[in-house]
Amino acid sequence: MATTLSPPTVPAALTRTQLLELYYYMRLTRTLEERLVALYRQTKVVGGLFRSLGQEAVAVGSAYALDRSKKDILSPLIRNLGSMLVQGARPLEILLQYMAKGDSLSRGRELNIHIGDLERGFIGQISHLGDMVPVMAGVTLSFKLRKQPRVGLVYVGDGATSTGAFHEGINFAAVQHCPLVVIVENNGYAYSTPVGKQTAAERLADKAAGYGIPGLTADGNDVLAVYDVTKEAVDRARAGGGVTLIELITYRRKGHAEHDDQSYVPAGEIDRWATENDPLDRFVERLAESYAVDRSEVDALDVRVRDEIDQATALAEQSPAPVSAEALIGVYADPPVMPVQWYRERRHG
Amino acid sequence: MAEVTYLEAIRGGLVEEMERDPNVFCLGEDIGIYGGAFKVTEGLLERFGADRVIDTPVSETGFVGAAAGAAHMGMRPVCEMQFIDFVSCAYSILTNYVATARYRSFLPCPMVVRGPSGGYVRGGPFHSQNPEAAFLHTPGLKLVCPATPADAKGLLKAAIRDDDPVLFFEHKYLYRRIRGAVPDGDHVVPLGKARLAREGKDLSIITYAASVWKSLEAAEILEREDGLSVEVVDLRTLLPMDDDAIVASVKKTNRALIVHEDTVTGGVGGEIIARINQLAFEWLDAPVRRVAAHDVPLPYAPALEDFVLPQTDDIVAAARWLAAY
Repeated sequence: MATTLSPPTVPAALTRTQLLELYYYMRLTRTLEERLVALYRQTKVVGGLFRSLGQEAVAVGSAYALDRSKKDILSPLIRNLGSMLVQGARPLEILLQYMAKGDSLSRGRELNIHIGDLERGFIGQISHLGDMVPVMAGVTLSFKLRKQPRVGLVYVGDGATSTGAFHEGINFAAVQHCPLVVIVENNGYAYSTPVGKQTAAERLADKAAGYGIPGLTADGNDVLAVYDVTKEAVDRARAGGGVTLIELITYRRKGHAEHDDQSYVPAGEIDRWATENDPLDRFVERLAESYAVDRSEVDALDVRVRDEIDQATALAEQSPAPVSAEALIGVYADPPVMPVQWYRERRHG
Repeated sequence: MAEVTYLEAIRGGLVEEMERDPNVFCLGEDIGIYGGAFKVTEGLLERFGADRVIDTPVSETGFVGAAAGAAHMGMRPVCEMQFIDFVSCAYSILTNYVATARYRSFLPCPMVVRGPSGGYVRGGPFHSQNPEAAFLHTPGLKLVCPATPADAKGLLKAAIRDDDPVLFFEHKYLYRRIRGAVPDGDHVVPLGKARLAREGKDLSIITYAASVWKSLEAAEILEREDGLSVEVVDLRTLLPMDDDAIVASVKKTNRALIVHEDTVTGGVGGEIIARINQLAFEWLDAPVRRVAAHDVPLPYAPALEDFVLPQTDDIVAAARWLAAY
């Protein structure tokens, strides 16, 4: 697999402020995940921890191409924390969620970033890969049926492209001309399985031909390329042009989750991507070369990010665990609470 | 009170709900121009247009998932399984995504998955299934199994209006064989409430769907030939299950027989018996018995299918054993 692709021919139509915001969200993602690692090692993150190190440009650049004023909606994958931050999720919410706190967005019911907020435009994924494609097909079907100028974006990994749900969902959306953008984040591995064992297709974007939709490929470690290719697809979807499949080429520099020692990765591969193709390093260089952003501005953003995460961590640590009996609330709208453990105590009526 | 078939009652319920609420729409295979494999949705495309009667690709996971997404956005989709046997193709997304959306993510998921279930029609292993027990074990879903035209309509209307996902099992044997009165006006039957199909004092048959009719037939025979007064409880909804109705009947008759068409092992009957043991054991004068299908895939040949599925004679024999206990 190539480690770099040529830069986009058309520069992203973004202001300087927006470019700095892109950098901010990528740095926020990386530093927040680093903080989560520290909390994980202190056993304050009680479940698995999934990193997007080296993939931040995919999530941030693509989500940035949505229009929050039009209430676009996305559904992230496990390595798309950055997309949720762009949509308005706050570091405190992510920390509370990972730390299984009672006032987390999922009230302690779900893991990692399996959380959603329709108002801010993100829907939590489930662990069954590919399932969010049909779900987002339905979300965007509702936009079409109601003639709303809204767009949906769903992320899957290279592994999920092998699932039936991916196929059924994208095919349904294509037939119905739903305003949906499907991003395949090709980071080289699904857990330990390399892409070559996932598909015989040369490019995952080639699958688009089978659905009669455009299939695009871009360098996932170039945040502006990611933004451009997504914006093109988002604009087409909003104009009634239906579904686009985008394959973004990136690389997973950490294991499947924090416990994974990556023993299956060829020697030198991770280091090569880290030194030659880090999305933040590349963007900082680009900002300096093309947009006259100097190091002090970047450093100031790094400090702002660190301060925000420090404050959020202090708050998160003080948050209480959920109240146990609240586990019975909200399975159904009606009844709102499950009957109190009637089967655990012998009743004599 | 109009006399209609079970199938016409379902169609009537769909039409009324689509007229009442613009958020209600249908999706499934061959439901538009063809009107559905059993013609349940016949005429809906002409009446409501292709945006509200959507012919889908052959993709149960795809359109059930899409229904969930649309439901999150405030719509009320009604999915048709061409045969309920194919709901297993959507099992993962129904149990993992649809059933948990509210609990995990506070996402409303008001949707109905409906379709023809059941045997006695020479449909063979893949057009005769009764998969309700596979979903009984999934918190977050509601399961409805109507037996009469009035219930088919009233429960479907309630299911569409319900804020939770509902699986609606229509019994295909009843589609055109059962005709009955349906109350005029906005006839809605609340989910979770059983129906006393026949009053009795000696023995309770607890059942649902097409087995209600076989149980009523057995009750007639038992009264005529044995002088037994048999009560028949039609559960109507399996999730939530109407424990109060089950317990009230058992306490009254002290003998209970569970009848269902699904296979016996792991079937709904086992759950009902567990509840009776928990809630009314001291009132029992005999062990609770089950009449259900043998534990085999449902075969095609009439001689085989009729042997495997519970018949009226099986119910009569089990009831006599219970009464004599």
